[in-house]
Amino acid sequence: MPVFYGEELGSALMLGTAGYPSPAVLERAFRASGAGVATVSLRREAGGGQDFWALVQGLGVRLLPNTAGCHGAREAVTTAQMAREVFGTDWIKLEVIGHADTLQPDVFGLVEAARILCAEGFRVFPYCTEDLIVCERLLEAGCEVLMPWGAPIGSGIGLNNPFGLRALRAAFPGVPMVVDAGIGLPSHAAAAMEMGYDAVLVNSAVARAGDPAAMAGAMADAVQAGRAAYLADPMERTDMAVASTPVLGRAFL
Amino acid sequence: MRVTVIGAGVAGLCVATELHRRGVEVAVIGTPPGPDACSWWAGGMLAPDCEGESAEEPVVRLGHEAADWWQARGVRVHRRGTLVVSLQRDAAALARFARRSAGHREVDAAEVEPALPQRRGLLFEGEAHLAPREALAVLAAGVEFVREAKGQVIDCRGLAARDVLADLRGVRGETVLIHCAEVAISRPVRLLHPRMPLYLVPRGEGVFLLGATSVESDGRGPPTVRAVLELLSAAFALHPALAEAEVLELGADARPAFPDNLPRIRRVGGVLHVNGLYRHGFLLAPALARMVADHLLLGIEPEVME
Repeated sequence: MPVFYGEELGSALMLGTAGYPSPAVLERAFRASGAGVATVSLRREAGGGQDFWALVQGLGVRLLPNTAGCHGAREAVTTAQMAREVFGTDWIKLEVIGHADTLQPDVFGLVEAARILCAEGFRVFPYCTEDLIVCERLLEAGCEVLMPWGAPIGSGIGLNNPFGLRALRAAFPGVPMVVDAGIGLPSHAAAAMEMGYDAVLVNSAVARAGDPAAMAGAMADAVQAGRAAYLADPMERTDMAVASTPVLGRAFL
Repeated sequence: MRVTVIGAGVAGLCVATELHRRGVEVAVIGTPPGPDACSWWAGGMLAPDCEGESAEEPVVRLGHEAADWWQARGVRVHRRGTLVVSLQRDAAALARFARRSAGHREVDAAEVEPALPQRRGLLFEGEAHLAPREALAVLAAGVEFVREAKGQVIDCRGLAARDVLADLRGVRGETVLIHCAEVAISRPVRLLHPRMPLYLVPRGEGVFLLGATSVESDGRGPPTVRAVLELLSAAFALHPALAEAEVLELGADARPAFPDNLPRIRRVGGVLHVNGLYRHGFLLAPALARMVADHLLLGIEPEVME
């Protein structure tokens, strides 16, 4: 199971808490998923989401507050500091949004905010692109986990750049990595795990499904299958057919 | 039988009205309807089929009682249905909405509402809408307001009843009231949008209510810039002429909800609580009022009773 900042989780599936039809449905989805981590947003509920936070805390899973909706390093740092107070954890999923339509991370602001927060003792989970140099800078800034996107947040597109994600996985073999954002189907989650990613983070794919609990269960199965496949050392693909039973010498009848 | 209802929002007034109608001596404690009640800020859509896209089954079934009940109480109910549309690039969202709801047929939006541009839409013909403030005033005029409770107490205080109902939470909603004489739309229109879903409810004479955000918060303060920007941007996307509309009023309040967003009738000590109507106040209060009356007068156990 994945280890982040020295803490081992019970599952490689991380689940977001936004956009469910009701808190009761959210709870059923979490139970069905067995997720080890719940991400929770401080920002949208700044007016007093205490009731909702209490419900999320009642799920009994590790909380990972995020800085969703922050558009600059300073804003993200302030939100992270508030989240530490509210949720009593130094884990923070750092999001610095750079582009309004795609919600693509502002990687420059991200590195800046990561540097500040790591120096303040936060355990930073940066939501980043699969760019190798950006990820290198984030590690230099003190991050010990990377969270590259699969595709834009909430798009359900899946793994938009498998080549880039493979290259990133290979570039930093010892660093725990989570594919975050863009996962729409269990097959996307399985594909990320098959590449050797340590976990996936899913929200909209579960929350916006017709039956969120059933989709959460399917995601959990996919993550397990993908991880098992990775550990089983999959065969190499070839362009030539290789029969599993010999054809040569078949009896003439 | 003597009953005192505490709370003069949509839940309290519906319960009091239904009991009075069925011969119970009933009075209400509370200030007559005003900005303190979250139902004052409601959209007033009686749209059980549309709600079925995201809400659970009881909302759809019980919600179908609403239009007839309101009309029978002398409230103006506009039975013109609901039109659901999406922007061009979100056509898949419309197909999904159609798949996950019933009681609609596919239409060209411009044929149903000539002010709108041609685009695919869904018409929910069985749905209706009303003007919440008008409806609350009609009910309030028919009930007696008192200061002291006598007899069976029914607590309809909404979010204020959290002092007794620990699992009640606030879900904040924000609205904008606009006036635009140029755009003639005669029925509620819902715009599906991945980030900024919007409904527009005509209030007559060029006045429209735009709503509503849904934020996990019990904050009752004024609307945020973000909420207003989102609602107005979505309205602009629905019809560019709405950019010329005058902003008449901004609204915000917190709706009372239980964890499954379904309403409850709950007995605590001797008091009967009717609460958790979430964003379905005008839609579900008639059914809850009927259940309360059936319970007190006929001993029928309400299906939402705990």
